[in-house]
Amino acid sequence: MLNIKNVCKIYKNKDYSQNVLKDINLCIEDQEIISLVGQSGCGKSTLLRIIAGLEKASSGYVELNKNIINKPSSNIGMVFQDARLMPWLNVYDNIKLSILNDDKETQRYKINETLKKVGLEDIGNLWPKQLSGGMAQRVAIARALVQQPQVLLLDEPFSALDSFTKSNLQDHVRHLWSSLKITIVMVTHDINEATAISDRVLILNKVLDNKITKNHIVKINKPRSSFPKNEYNELINNIIFNKNSNQFNALI
Amino acid sequence: MNIILNNKHLKLPFKSFNVLHTKIFTKLLQNSVCAILPLTIIFIWHFLSVNEIVRSNLLPPPSEVVNEILILTNDGELFSHILITLNRVFNGFILGGILASVLGVITGISPTLRNLFDPTIQALKAVPSLAWVPLFILWFGIFENSKVALISVGVFFPIYLNLMMGIRQIDKKIIEVAHINNLNHFQTIRWVLIPGIIPEWITGLRSGLALGWMFVIAAELMGASEGLGYLMIDGQMTGRPALIIGALILFAIVGKLTDQLIYFLSKPFLKWKSSLNNMQEEEYNA
Repeated sequence: MLNIKNVCKIYKNKDYSQNVLKDINLCIEDQEIISLVGQSGCGKSTLLRIIAGLEKASSGYVELNKNIINKPSSNIGMVFQDARLMPWLNVYDNIKLSILNDDKETQRYKINETLKKVGLEDIGNLWPKQLSGGMAQRVAIARALVQQPQVLLLDEPFSALDSFTKSNLQDHVRHLWSSLKITIVMVTHDINEATAISDRVLILNKVLDNKITKNHIVKINKPRSSFPKNEYNELINNIIFNKNSNQFNALI
Repeated sequence: MNIILNNKHLKLPFKSFNVLHTKIFTKLLQNSVCAILPLTIIFIWHFLSVNEIVRSNLLPPPSEVVNEILILTNDGELFSHILITLNRVFNGFILGGILASVLGVITGISPTLRNLFDPTIQALKAVPSLAWVPLFILWFGIFENSKVALISVGVFFPIYLNLMMGIRQIDKKIIEVAHINNLNHFQTIRWVLIPGIIPEWITGLRSGLALGWMFVIAAELMGASEGLGYLMIDGQMTGRPALIIGALILFAIVGKLTDQLIYFLSKPFLKWKSSLNNMQEEEYNA
């Protein structure tokens, strides 16, 4: 279980300090798939980076199974907006980066298995420059998954892709989630994407004048088809732009 | 029946031979483009000196230069001169190259070490290279050591600067990937920093080598009894312009060959780069 407790993040400079996150409390169950949605600058990526251990919270903490996270660990895999493959390593070695401490045979086995899972076989010898955007992102997902993490963090993973590749990969992530039984936390600014993939959507509002409006959590009803998607999107849009918040409160 | 079969058998290899033939021919043609400029220059040079437009005791015709080189070759002298110069460049290149690579990497990686070393090195870079000559002669004598030292000074700076800047310009995002994958310091250097700076390093090595050739001349002009630079001084003293020009051309050829050597040795390490150069070469080989 991923537990986010009173997390604040303040970027301090000589002249000013900026409140990016304020009192975030969130509990993510094991094997849950959730999305963080919000305007740009609302701190959703920062929250994800704090969960990953790449940044430290100014106050509060994040714990995974009761262990406080203060540095990256192999329990948590992360995929960024751009694939961030090392151009000087072929696909195989790029994935190997996550499991350098394993012995050669284990590495080979794990990498081939993971490549199969993300639907890319026999491309281990290719250079990153030879991959399409979607393939590169799949390799990045493979690199995050090869260490068999409990939590997979996705930081706007599909926003640089064309819409065909995007929906293809969204299905793929959903499929991976159900087969691997891992927790997935995805940051996105695309509400359609959030509703397509996740079971729960967390909406972060921008911290203005050091005040934060409530963070809304919306559960998607199951089966998902019973909840009209358009209506849902409209609802979330309204929350983000602070329109008709009464309607929202009534619904939750 | 048999004849027809035979005919088929005959035709196939013939056709493929033909295709291969044209391919080799086009490749040769493309490669020979580089010979156009030198040949033109030689032709104009020949024309100028044979018609006495430029006095031939200042600019001897190409044939005389070739003759001079041939005489030296027959004596077996030329080969040893080239070898000695090559040896000096090689030693200076190795010495300066190793020092520059080590210092470049550590100053690139650690800000503290950069603050410690870099200002001094940058200040030394501002010293004109020939200003080292008197000191090196005093320290290392007039023989090989002072020459190698001077060459290594020349080789040092481009390699050092390229490496240090190369490391500092590695994308922060890539470092973050190393961080999230829990790479320790050694692994980060082995998998991220070192391979990431190989292009800059090779650029440094190539310009370092070019400077090495420049400095070997300076070293040999300031006093040597062997080497290509000595041949030039000899030509000047004995009034043989053909010898000077011959040595000059040899410098150009040997320098180009050593640069080409680095280029070919480095090629396998640069396969991953998608540069215009690679693209054109892939097209070319297809």
